[in-house]
Amino acid sequence: MDLGQINPLLLLASLMVAATPILLAAIGEAVVEKSGVLNLGVEGMMITGAVVGFAIGVTTGAPSIGFVAAAVAGAALSMLFGVLVLYLKSNQVATGLGLTLFGLGLSALIGKPYEGIKAPTMAKWEIPLLSDIPVLGPIMFRHDPMVYVSLIIVALTWYVLTRTRAGLILRGVGENHNAAHALGYKVIRVRLMAIAFGGACAGMGGAYISLVRVPQWVEGMTAGAGWIALAIVVFASWRPWRVLLGAYLFGGISVLQLNLQAAGVPIPVEILAMSPYLITILVLVVISLRGNHGAPGSLGREFHATH
Amino acid sequence: MRVLKSLLATAALATGLAGAAMAEDKTKVGFIYVGPVGDGGWTYEHDQGRKAVEAAFGDKVETVYVESVSESNAEGPITQMALSGADLIFTTSFGFMDATLAVAEKFPNVKFEHATGYKQSDNVSVYSARFYEGRAVQGHIAGKMTQSNIIGYIASFPIPEVIRGINSAYIHAKKVNPDVQFKIIWAYTWFDPAKEADAAKALIEQGADVILQHTDSTAPQAAAKEAGNVITFGQASDMGEYAPHPRVSSIIDNWGPYYVARTKAVMDGTWESVSTWDGIGAGMVGIGDISDAVPADVKAEAEALRDALASGEYHAFTGPLNKQDGTPWLAEGETASDYGDDGLAGMGFYVEGIEAEIPSN
Repeated sequence: MDLGQINPLLLLASLMVAATPILLAAIGEAVVEKSGVLNLGVEGMMITGAVVGFAIGVTTGAPSIGFVAAAVAGAALSMLFGVLVLYLKSNQVATGLGLTLFGLGLSALIGKPYEGIKAPTMAKWEIPLLSDIPVLGPIMFRHDPMVYVSLIIVALTWYVLTRTRAGLILRGVGENHNAAHALGYKVIRVRLMAIAFGGACAGMGGAYISLVRVPQWVEGMTAGAGWIALAIVVFASWRPWRVLLGAYLFGGISVLQLNLQAAGVPIPVEILAMSPYLITILVLVVISLRGNHGAPGSLGREFHATH
Repeated sequence: MRVLKSLLATAALATGLAGAAMAEDKTKVGFIYVGPVGDGGWTYEHDQGRKAVEAAFGDKVETVYVESVSESNAEGPITQMALSGADLIFTTSFGFMDATLAVAEKFPNVKFEHATGYKQSDNVSVYSARFYEGRAVQGHIAGKMTQSNIIGYIASFPIPEVIRGINSAYIHAKKVNPDVQFKIIWAYTWFDPAKEADAAKALIEQGADVILQHTDSTAPQAAAKEAGNVITFGQASDMGEYAPHPRVSSIIDNWGPYYVARTKAVMDGTWESVSTWDGIGAGMVGIGDISDAVPADVKAEAEALRDALASGEYHAFTGPLNKQDGTPWLAEGETASDYGDDGLAGMGFYVEGIEAEIPSN
């Protein structure tokens, strides 16, 4: 064993890369759930974003266009869910699961011609001056643009949810849709917008896996990341900065356990391998023991407009 | 996730069955896959084998498959396939072993073939390829080409097949480079591109400049390509899209001839439960083209090693070899036996020199 072989700078840098897909998906889902809708289709929207982002990125040669396309595709798929759940009043859990299955199948179909093709590389942004700071510079400021975009999205989400009227309305709709409706707010419209935002974020998260992290298209490549994102939303008690913390914690442990294995740390591999999941479960238990989960009051409940 | 996978599997099976109902006199051959057919590795090659069966028998045969079947939940899909009238079913992952035997007991008239396992019965054959012969060639090239003397190995599950591969690669790397060190990461998955990419990156960050993988996706190849000065080998499939660098060679599984022969045996009524374990010589293991990134002399040596393994003139596990704890395993000139205590089939130990522990399975 030689812990000196683990370079903490590289570890932190790869932590940010490993965490970005789940961070994007989780922040989107947090907004959806804040509006009172539970969308279990995150995995399906991610994988669809992964394949569409990859396909468009390869075709145009520009990963940035791929990310935009992935966001559009994720949002489009989420609208299918939105219409079913909000207008046709279908069960949210079943519809969300259906969306995941649909997304997995659809992506496999779209992705067939793109198997074995290499992705265009995304240039890293070395932020001037900041990237030259010793120690911190290489960790924080030499990433691909999407890492920064994901952080900006978290900051904006926090600002909108807690500091603006729009955020107040969204939270109101999520806490008590009947009261919000009685006050004259358009519950369904607000929720549709939230669901579209969630879909767009999940799509970008998926595209980050296929365009940056892996980078190539492989069927089923999100491999459960959408479910982790869902857990992180609960872990974070629906708060944006805690979503960031949760995603980086999970990403960090996942990367750390691989590094510890490679360095030959004499901890049983099984324990290392399950540690990210174990810690997620532990934190969830601690949160639920405290009683106040912070879950939106109308989460998952069906809304019938009363006139 | 598991529930979802089996749901998916069932849905996929139902679709497969819908198109299958009309053909009664055809021989129906089923395949159970652990990953998607588009993984570019293990499952892809099994599916090539399935296509070879279709090509060989045309109208006389009908094939069905279910992909991405969970190893811990395989009985359902296998049972459904047997119920749907399959005459011969190939289950193509080690983890399907017990499920295959359990289902086979309920369907004595259906023939089963389980890949890489070791439990046989009257209607269950086992077949595997001597991938470790290919690992020997990889180890030789890796030992010659590494500059940092650190070779990274992405392992899947601690089962005999994977451990054999690590040992074989290590023995042959060590033979040509006494300073070589293996860093092993157990990914506990056959297929998870993001995790495989992370594992490859962790190994590269810790100084590895050769990555060997025993997982199924091409993600480690992409990670190595990005790093630039790292070489890799195609696993299960040629992964030629990453040639000539980082992928400098590959182990290619070639199941087609076996699948065709076994299907023929079912058609002729001559099928018997057998145990098949073929290597480079029989053509079940192929060594992919060694690219120009490898120096000519190393390439020539690797090809000579390949040919010696193919002809049987050299065995990949030839003594003197000790186990990791220093106890003697094979005496000078002695070769490992396939079965029995310390045999290759059930290999559960590292050879001397590897600094790591095998996780308990």
